Amino acid sequence: MTPLAVTRPRRTRRTMPGLTPTLGFTLFYLGLIVLIPLAGVFFKASGLGFAGLWKVITSERVLAALSLSFGAAAIAAVLNAVFGSVVAWVFVRYEFPGKRLFDAFIDLPFALPTAVAGIALTALYSENGWIGSVLAHAGIKIAYTPLGIIVAMTFIGLPFVVRTVEPVLREVERDLEEAAATLGARRWQTVLRVIAPAVFPSLVTGFALSFARAVGEYGSVIFIAGNFPMVSEIAPLLIIIKLEEFDYKGATAVAATMLVLSFLLLLTINLLQAWVRRRV
Amino acid sequence: MNHAVKDAAFLPFEPLKQTNSVINEPRLVRWLLIAAALGFLSLFLLLPLLSVFVEALRKGAGAYFAAFSDPETLASIKLTFIAAAIAVPLNLIFGLCAAWAITKFEFRGKQLLITMIDLPFSVSPVVAGLIFVLIFGAQGWAQPWFGDHLGKVLFATPGIVLATIFVTFPFIARELIPLMQEQGTEDEQAALSLGATGWQTFTRVTLPNIKWALLYGVLLCNARATGEFGAVSVVSGHIRGLTNTMPLHIEILYNEYQFVSAFAVASLLALLAMVTLAVKSLLEWRYADQLAATHRSGG
Amino acid sequence: MNARLLLSRLARTALAAAIAAALAGTAAVSHADLLNVSYDPTREFYKDINSQFVADWKAKTGKSTAVQASHGGSGKQARAVIDGLEADVVTLALAYDIDSIAEKGGLLPADWQKRLPNNSSPYTSTIVFLVRKGNPKGIKDWSDLVKPGISVITPNPKTSGGARWNYLAAWGYALKANGGDQAKAQAFVAALFKNVPVLDTGARGSTTTFVQRGLGDVLISWENEALLSIEELGPDKFDIIAPSYSILAEPPVALVDKNVDKHGSRAEAEAYLNFLYTPVGQKLAAKHYLRPSKPENADPADLARFQKTTLFKLDDVFGSWAKAQKTHFADGGVFDQIYAAK
Repeated sequence: MTPLAVTRPRRTRRTMPGLTPTLGFTLFYLGLIVLIPLAGVFFKASGLGFAGLWKVITSERVLAALSLSFGAAAIAAVLNAVFGSVVAWVFVRYEFPGKRLFDAFIDLPFALPTAVAGIALTALYSENGWIGSVLAHAGIKIAYTPLGIIVAMTFIGLPFVVRTVEPVLREVERDLEEAAATLGARRWQTVLRVIAPAVFPSLVTGFALSFARAVGEYGSVIFIAGNFPMVSEIAPLLIIIKLEEFDYKGATAVAATMLVLSFLLLLTINLLQAWVRRRV
Repeated sequence: MNHAVKDAAFLPFEPLKQTNSVINEPRLVRWLLIAAALGFLSLFLLLPLLSVFVEALRKGAGAYFAAFSDPETLASIKLTFIAAAIAVPLNLIFGLCAAWAITKFEFRGKQLLITMIDLPFSVSPVVAGLIFVLIFGAQGWAQPWFGDHLGKVLFATPGIVLATIFVTFPFIARELIPLMQEQGTEDEQAALSLGATGWQTFTRVTLPNIKWALLYGVLLCNARATGEFGAVSVVSGHIRGLTNTMPLHIEILYNEYQFVSAFAVASLLALLAMVTLAVKSLLEWRYADQLAATHRSGG
Repeated sequence: MNARLLLSRLARTALAAAIAAALAGTAAVSHADLLNVSYDPTREFYKDINSQFVADWKAKTGKSTAVQASHGGSGKQARAVIDGLEADVVTLALAYDIDSIAEKGGLLPADWQKRLPNNSSPYTSTIVFLVRKGNPKGIKDWSDLVKPGISVITPNPKTSGGARWNYLAAWGYALKANGGDQAKAQAFVAALFKNVPVLDTGARGSTTTFVQRGLGDVLISWENEALLSIEELGPDKFDIIAPSYSILAEPPVALVDKNVDKHGSRAEAEAYLNFLYTPVGQKLAAKHYLRPSKPENADPADLARFQKTTLFKLDDVFGSWAKAQKTHFADGGVFDQIYAAK
């Protein structure tokens, strides 16, 4: 998943064929599969009226769950951005035994059902697990705390950053680095001034996708979270709880809030990137 | 700690053969970076994966393979592949159309369109399932219009397919858009000016240029389609042998204390993902020159 | 790779898949057999019941039938039926869930519970404690669960039907111990939940946490679930402790009128539910750790596994499921207050 391109598309000199069918189908399919169904969420939530909607969204418990989901997802996405770039860098620039093997593992979080990931992570990070028991000696508890939520969210979002940064990093011309070095730049200056700007947009895309995916995650988080109201209760769980109470409107109100927040975030990032692309 | 030992086995003693020192990091930095990357991957990826296989093989290979002879397991495998076999081609066609429209033309609201394509990534699987319940459920909106003429959508194969299409919606488009944006329209312009039709231009010029990204998108989309749990769980109804996909069947086996079978089926999903990725790596390696050429032609 | 070849292959695969799906779709629709939508810990029991019933039905009527099973959290299953999962019979964890199907889905009459003997509960159970072998923490009764340093595993009452039975059993005990003082009962239950390190979303999830993860000193659980997990996961690792006073858990069964009329399966569905009350059904219930309503039909060895304890009825203490649900588990109810006060 590469970023929205580093270079600017060349000016169209001749009208390319096929705008109507392709854009038509794109909008039709998008509408049918994504927009109409999602509009249903807003329609159902609007049954509450504005005041009712506001009351649900601003209730203490919903706010706690939303800030937990968005906060933990942000931390997980930062972790993924930092380590994902390191992983991408190492994969592109260095040779070491087992590289291909690790490379093949990267996409695994997509393929492994989230429930299996949740069970496996809980088994590893609970007090009696391979990792949890070591950390328990240091007094760190991961499973059944908000830390556990971050671990699960990092897992499921991991492929996004690596797979967006990797191809772009591969494209960075080494000649430029050499040139920079010849002109007397130190290595860290080259990395900061030549490589970082080229990679940055893709890093942001990876961050955004990883963040967006983590915000809504349910299956894997639920096993490791602990699920305490106000402490480790994620927003999707609150949706389930509201459904369990047959409060469909309340459930869709929380869902709609999450949707709007994620949408605004993704839109900001996409606009920012288009702007950066135009300036470069 | 076993993962520490594992890392040591992978740690390189001579990470780089490159000679140009001005554009390389000091050896210590290289080693630290590799150690950080592998440590991170081990903690978050390798160990969870390893634990799945350890659990699956806990009672030996016999018990492992016996897990796959259960008719309900086989039914779940079949259903999973049916869902993926419909979802992936549909999203492939959509991905090609969307990428073509977005990258070959300029129009207003393009960023909005791209963001909307991203949207299913950010929709909680729980909500993804819920939206189809709101529409096709017995209390849903489609019910008064279609009633029973619609046939059963929810709690049957069509609902499962719909949910799968929804969660894997952006993958292929998201893979193609950046690459095609980078490549621009020059190659196509040339073909068109030589008298090629639009379709010929697409199949003979564009498609060869993007086939790697396309393959990559299909693999990711397929992996996610077979692995989806949350959304499918809401629309499935969990009828044994009929509407359980592999991830749902894994949950059932786990809940029935059949841990070996549960992890065996999970390991099958992991293996499938790795086989497709291995094929991808192999192709990348065999066609490395070609790959580099396509990359260059755009960049 | 030839691009055109790739395309035509993809097109062919898509076509084949679409046809296969259409066929699979029709197969799923045209089931004239019974669908039993049930909750989590009854899988093993209904597996046996289903095969016995099919044989019995064949012998009596000469007709063949099949029973499809769907298991999951009780509330989630009730929602699925309301939303159109065409269950012929529902066998859920608590009456409130079937009440909801009647009220919100209008699929069966509101007085469904009067249609079969014993409040439509062919079998009952109760809430007991599962502790580690030898009971190292000396847990004997509910009062031991609120002691500091005791780690208690129970699922989330907001998402699990079984957890609501656990909660109400604790509440009933505290009421009796405190002479009917509701405030003290609330303080007791709040203290109990302070000792809970994780709220799993379902009863099986909690059992896994206790048994597989090795967390907690005591698991509050259905009796049938506790007996089953000992059987499945290690008789040498756990003990069952019966508290002095507990709730009579009545998991009800009902025929879903609208769906059986649609499928033309009323005769089979009625026979299926009645089968649960026959000597064979009762014997199987006891075999699967459920307390039979007619113990005389069960194997005495199976009955010997049940703990002797005083049981109270939910209706006697809480009025009805609807009232208990509203007071304790609804949004802003007592359970939410316990966590809001923390």
